[in-house]
Amino acid sequence: MEDMLFYDRMQFAFTITFHYIFPQLTMGLSLLIVYFKWKFLRSNIEKYNYAAKFLMKIFAVNFTMGVITGIPMEFQFGTNWAKFSELTGGIIGQTLAMEGLFSFFLESSFLVLFIFGEKLLGQKLHFLAGFLVFLGSWASGLFIIATNAWMQHPVGYEILDNGKFVLENFSSLFKNPWLLPAFLHNQMASLVTSSFVVASIGAFYILRNKNIEYGKLFLKTGVIFGFIASVLVAFPTGDWNAKNVVKYQPSSFAAMEGIFHSEKGGAEIILIGQPNMIEKKLDNKIAVPNILSFLTYQNWNTEIAGMDQFKKEELPNNIPMLYYSYHIMVGLGTIFIGVMTLSIFFLYRKKIYHIKSLLWFIMFLVPFPYIANLLGWYVAELGRQPYLVYGLLKTSEGISPTVSSGNTLFTLLGFMGLYFLLGVLFLILIGKTINDGPEPKKI
Amino acid sequence: MEIYWYLIIAIILAVFFVLDGYDFGVGIIHLFLAKKEKDKKVISKSAGLFWDSNEVWLVAAGGMLFMAFPTFYAAVFSGFYLPLIIVLWLIIFRAIGLEFRNKFNYQMWTAIWDKAFGVSSLLLALFFGIALGNIVRGVNLGGVENGLSIYEKHYFFLPLWNSSFSPLSENPGVIDWFTIIIGLISVITLSIHGAAWIILKTNSSINHKLKSVIFKLNIILLILTIFSLIIWQNINPNSFNNFIDKPYLIVFPLLYFTGIIGLFFSKKITKDIYRFLFSTSIILGGITSSLASLFPVILPTTNNVNESLTIYNTAASKYGLSVALTWGIIGIILIIVYAIVQKRFMAGKIDGMDYGH
Ligand code: HDD
Ligand code: HEM
Ligand code: HEM
Repeated sequence: MEDMLFYDRMQFAFTITFHYIFPQLTMGLSLLIVYFKWKFLRSNIEKYNYAAKFLMKIFAVNFTMGVITGIPMEFQFGTNWAKFSELTGGIIGQTLAMEGLFSFFLESSFLVLFIFGEKLLGQKLHFLAGFLVFLGSWASGLFIIATNAWMQHPVGYEILDNGKFVLENFSSLFKNPWLLPAFLHNQMASLVTSSFVVASIGAFYILRNKNIEYGKLFLKTGVIFGFIASVLVAFPTGDWNAKNVVKYQPSSFAAMEGIFHSEKGGAEIILIGQPNMIEKKLDNKIAVPNILSFLTYQNWNTEIAGMDQFKKEELPNNIPMLYYSYHIMVGLGTIFIGVMTLSIFFLYRKKIYHIKSLLWFIMFLVPFPYIANLLGWYVAELGRQPYLVYGLLKTSEGISPTVSSGNTLFTLLGFMGLYFLLGVLFLILIGKTINDGPEPKKI
Repeated sequence: MEIYWYLIIAIILAVFFVLDGYDFGVGIIHLFLAKKEKDKKVISKSAGLFWDSNEVWLVAAGGMLFMAFPTFYAAVFSGFYLPLIIVLWLIIFRAIGLEFRNKFNYQMWTAIWDKAFGVSSLLLALFFGIALGNIVRGVNLGGVENGLSIYEKHYFFLPLWNSSFSPLSENPGVIDWFTIIIGLISVITLSIHGAAWIILKTNSSINHKLKSVIFKLNIILLILTIFSLIIWQNINPNSFNNFIDKPYLIVFPLLYFTGIIGLFFSKKITKDIYRFLFSTSIILGGITSSLASLFPVILPTTNNVNESLTIYNTAASKYGLSVALTWGIIGIILIIVYAIVQKRFMAGKIDGMDYGH
């Protein structure tokens, strides 16, 4: 029984982590593509058009991977989390089905038109096709996060005698106070990823002395968007999310901040430290007094509940992982703001294209927004434990009653092998696309 | 209310099989008949252009099934655990084959992905048929042994096969000789459909040969169909009652046989589109007839302890279904608009279109 739950969770965690590598790029990138296409319509300079079409190629590869890895996600609700699906399908099925109907169709239909249809459509309609792809991908983010928001903070439901959750109020799914902050934060975070990717491609071209014109364009645009998005990720959206967590999931807030004991007279903010679960304290702690209370309540002295205030069964079951995920996400967010501020400064002084060390740094920064995004989701998902639907349905009650752990382990290993292959192919293709460059090939 | 959702999902699934069905068929034809590199390229292109916009129909049907019949979704997806995950892996393989083939021009590279695309298409077609076979045959709901359920009454777990391979055993597996026959029917139908599509969409050099391939496959299809009907009648003597009670349901089997009869003229048909319409009507007729014969059951039980799953005992709440109907209709109208826009811009033979993103 125990290891059944364990393998189900591992499989979900593994497949969703892999899936989310792709949408986080496509959602942000679609905005940048729309931006370049719009610049082209305004200025009629070919460069912008090629830039848009080039980025759409990168988008398309990621989109395909998103589709391929997304279908297993949808299946898994039924295959591995049957009890959860049976009990809550009437509610989360709404948002998931809407995602299929309203966003995936939009995105995939107009992606084909954008890629193949420039001549047939004419420039204005081509722009429109790009815009609809953007709309589709953001709508998809909205619906999936509405689904997740309901699991984090269930609203608009009624529980029947047989344990089934039924929908009582449809519009409350979208008025969920958890949804808007989570959505905005997530979209800004995905804009961080895509701006960093674009900036990094730019830096690569400049350093390799190839496609210089595009290198400069990508670097500049990536840095500007990256700066704006990095700031918005932290403030107001990250802060807003933190306030929601304190309010609705106080026990997970205590765990992610690493507060073992409530302190009278204001909580300190932990910068560094390793949770010691046996002695219930942080080892090697560096902390600044009272800041956390101020950030959360705008009051230096408000008490914040520590983990000692909660029953053990209500605390998340993997506290160190939760704590590290949160601190690494926030730490990276702070570093991003720093790097982007510096880059903006040199961009403004027109020096950035010549500072080799900064270009190398930007180029190799690329994995970190991905890490921050994935860890952010780990915070959300581990913090939700031990519940699957917060406060109402335990994770252990959600798994499929008939699927044995041997079967799940088999499929988990299968997914690992297959996704490894996919990952390698993906890297080859992206490498080729970037190497081919934005200029149309001369025949 | 349940009926509306049943119809909507059935239609969406049927559209998926018509649209994506030719992709599978194309894969099978590609595996066995395409020899020249030029044909291979054009043929895989005729599927590659559209597969992901076709696949969304499956995603959409899945999402709606989840929303409207959560108990069914939960029971069936966990009960058919292994076959479904294998189907997923095949879908992934097929997608890789299609997407990656034309990216590099090395002979070994294209050869590998051609095979991946062909073999996974073939196996998928087989598995879809087997799935349909399982649904019409029914499963041991509640996992009854010696008159007692070992699971809750709507849950079950099917092994891939059991030692007797017989549809009549107490605990039939996913694969038995009846479901294999349905699987073969599915492979043949989709091959015909794919061949019709290749003839319609390309000028490949094997088009002429394909016309007679269709003719031959069609004969086998007819024989297998009659054979399977006889067996089915033996497994489940009530299987045709619905058609006797509600005679108008006969249109569905008629649709199926019209397609078969039409294709006997495969070689004479001058307008390519007719061939495609006939194969479409076989697919539509086959799916709708199976569903109609079961209705309102969606998964029959093979024991007398637990009741079959029907659209009524697996549905979500009335309120949920009715709000969903409101947005569902808006969504479906939008989809139809996109499809028309897209197909209008993409009409015609594709040999000349420049492909490869
Ligand atoms: C580039 C990625 C990235 C960066 C730099 C940050 N975040 Fe974040 N964060 C995410 C990416 C992310 C995410 C992956 O997008 C999450 C997961 C769920 C969600 O909606 O967004 C998230 C969730 C998330 C949550 C909700 C956790 C839960 O649901 O339990 C909080 C409180 C924060 N973030 C706070 C912050 C703060 C204060 C940051 C300050 C710099 C920050 N994040 C930077
Ligand atoms: C990229 C985004 C996401 C990541 C990286 C992620 C990560 C995870 C992880 C790590 C787990 C395992 C938790 C554990 O070990 O206990 C998990 C579980 C789960 N997540 Fe997410 N998640 C993401 C988004 C979502 C979304 C959007 C949903 C809902 C639609 C969701 C639904 C679930 C479910 C059903 C489980 C299994 C139950 C559980 O263990 O809590 N996840 N996810
Ligand atoms: C358990 C959670 C999830 C499920 C069940 C899921 C399901 C799916 C499915 C089935 C697809 C393929 C759609 C198609 O056929 O076009 C897909 C793609 C996509 N998913 Fe997910 N997904 C999940 C998590 C997420 C998360 C957390 C996000 C972002 C916030 C996300 C955003 C997207 C986007 C934007 C696409 C479109 C493809 C792309 O742009 O890469 N998904 N997802």
